[in-house]
Amino acid sequence: MWPGRTLLLLTALMLGAMAVPAHAATIQIVMENLVVSPAEASAKVGDTIEWINKDVFAHTATARNGDFDVTIAPKKTATSVLKKAGTVEYYCRFHPNMKAVLTIAP
Amino acid sequence: MFVRLSAAIAALSLLTGSALAQGAKPTDPQIAHIAYTAGVIDITAAKQAITKASNKDVKAFAEDMVRDHEAVNKQALDLVKKLKVTPEDNDTSKALSKQAADKLAELGKLKGADYDKAYVANEVAYHKAVNGALETQLIPSANNAELKSLLQTGLKIFQGHQQHAEHVAAGLK
Repeated sequence: MWPGRTLLLLTALMLGAMAVPAHAATIQIVMENLVVSPAEASAKVGDTIEWINKDVFAHTATARNGDFDVTIAPKKTATSVLKKAGTVEYYCRFHPNMKAVLTIAP
Repeated sequence: MFVRLSAAIAALSLLTGSALAQGAKPTDPQIAHIAYTAGVIDITAAKQAITKASNKDVKAFAEDMVRDHEAVNKQALDLVKKLKVTPEDNDTSKALSKQAADKLAELGKLKGADYDKAYVANEVAYHKAVNGALETQLIPSANNAELKSLLQTGLKIFQGHQQHAEHVAAGLK
């Protein structure tokens, strides 16, 4: 029935909204002169990472365990939302000497 | 086998070897010319690879080389314009260009997997040689702080390329 389904949907939406972490934060990680800073960052599942590339070169943030692979065009910012907890080592596929670690709490 | 010390690398070794021993420090206009030439050489080699390579990782690597080295060289041109420096041709640049042309012709004769391996092996060796020249000769000799800083960025990017090339080479075995 219509009203019943709408109610169910509303309930689901509300539950869904409640499931979003209360303190989702935005964390900036900067790539400049082929250096990632901070080299070690901490975040939580649900947080957004703003990958800021200040170089004239394209970079990637590629997780060694395959959890994420973000490409950031020169002088651009890309964003990604963290979905999985863990300590993730990542690097730039184009310049593998660019390395950093992101610790993601559940 | 086909992996042999390329002539361009020998020229760079000359730069770090005998030229250094004689205490003949390159000037800033010469350094700018050498660095720019080294970039152009890698772009030319990469453009050949984009048309000839059969392996997709090799092709992607070559595209990365064109993109990065063009970006570095654009920065270099902007800097020399700003500093009102005219890059000065010199024996090292001439030797590099001549020998890179020979290497290009040699690679041009290869096909398929043989070409891919030879190109990537030369990229590893070439970036290693350029990094050596940057570290021991060009960066210490540079007088202008902005030129020195650009060369240092160049060194980091070339070290990245060397690791990337080594990774691609390992995947071809």
